[in-house]
Amino acid sequence: MGAGHAHVLYREVPSPVHRLAPEVKIAAMVLFTVAVVATPREALWAFAGYAVLVALVAALARVGAGWLLLRSMIELPFVLFAFALPLLGAGERVEVAGLSLSVDGLYGGWNIVAKGTLGVLASLLLAATTTTRDLIVGLDRLRCPQIVTQIATFMLRYLDVLVGEARRMRVARVSRGDDPRFLWQLRGFAAGVGALFLRAFERGERVYLAMLSRGYSGRMPVVWRGAGAATAGQWLAAATVPVTAVLIAATAVVLT
Amino acid sequence: MHISNGIINGPVAGVFAALALAALSFCVLRGRRDLDDRLAPMAGLVAAFIFAVQMLNFPIFTAGVSGHLLGGALAALLVGPWVGALCVAVVLVVQALVFGDGGVAMLGLNITNMALIGTAAAYLLIAGLLRVLPRTPFGLSVTAFVSALVSVVVASQGFVLQYWLGGTTDLGGNLAGLAGTMAGFHLLIGIGEGLITATTVATVAKVRPDLVYALRALKPATPATVPAVGGAR
Repeated sequence: MGAGHAHVLYREVPSPVHRLAPEVKIAAMVLFTVAVVATPREALWAFAGYAVLVALVAALARVGAGWLLLRSMIELPFVLFAFALPLLGAGERVEVAGLSLSVDGLYGGWNIVAKGTLGVLASLLLAATTTTRDLIVGLDRLRCPQIVTQIATFMLRYLDVLVGEARRMRVARVSRGDDPRFLWQLRGFAAGVGALFLRAFERGERVYLAMLSRGYSGRMPVVWRGAGAATAGQWLAAATVPVTAVLIAATAVVLT
Repeated sequence: MHISNGIINGPVAGVFAALALAALSFCVLRGRRDLDDRLAPMAGLVAAFIFAVQMLNFPIFTAGVSGHLLGGALAALLVGPWVGALCVAVVLVVQALVFGDGGVAMLGLNITNMALIGTAAAYLLIAGLLRVLPRTPFGLSVTAFVSALVSVVVASQGFVLQYWLGGTTDLGGNLAGLAGTMAGFHLLIGIGEGLITATTVATVAKVRPDLVYALRALKPATPATVPAVGGAR
């Protein structure tokens, strides 16, 4: 997993956030999300505070708002559910623009949109500033069991193998006279899924044996684990965001 | 059916996170024994494969979750229940951390449904069916299809249970409706998942039967033949 193995979401720009050690970023992101989820949904101002935090980090990491919005489309099904909730929910109802809406449902919908969006934005920021290799080194430094980091390493590495092998098989099919268009590709693809799996495995097995013969023992090289580990200063700097979030959440819990 | 942040309340998510952590720790302990030179690359590929097929998402509008292939049965068949559950869990963790698919605070719930319930249901069925059905390629395909189908539907009901325990919005009497919608959609998804699992496992079993964990576990007496690596083509 050397150079050139960054994933699609990684933004290659120099920024203070990019330079932070990965374990710091992972810990900060998880803590921030937990604080957001623990916030009572009636405290609307708290969510504005979180949004400001996210915007600050995005500006610091030089990640554009357009990019973030485009990538957060993954959340769309949940947003649609959130809009359905006021109609489906039980309990007290209010009239809004001629529609009878459930108060609990309105809050529920808001809850999902706000917390979901903040969570998605936080993980997108982590993805935009951390390469896959750094992500795994970070998990390793956070004392993730070796078997888990090993599976994750191979997963990310074999994704490329799988995609490459699928492309080769498609080129082979097309060059033999198959002319797949849009949905009709599915049939040819489905028939070849087993073959694809086996071919990818055999290629992956060779990759694995090559790694073994170069001294791979199931762990990241010690050099990676040692070099670039987070300093106390980095922990402190990165802690500002989640600590602020926790303070906001605590205030919101006390006030409501 | 990645649950997004805010759909289930915090305390229930916390309880399920503790549950998932305990179960995964057990899987790590048992999985270490299983993971040898043959299983390590297979576990990675199974995880990559599951990662790829989970990209096919079908939104279920009325339930607030997306339905997609889970891969628990495939993992249980090819790498065993312990490493299999870890594979699915790793996929979910990476999706939550990097792609924002499924909330980070809801990871415990997602892991419980898809990695633990899905894989466990699949493996129990596999262990049972492989004893009953004839030891033929057809028997293996049927086992793969049925276990994949059932595991997807069972895992989808895990979400209904969690919503009942800690859904953030009271749906009134609609919980049965939610259960029905989830089961119906996941029955369809399960058929697709069953077909993919069956074709994949049947192909692997035909060419490299030594790679199928479920077949290995049933006949431990036969010495595993180590094929010449890379010579199969």
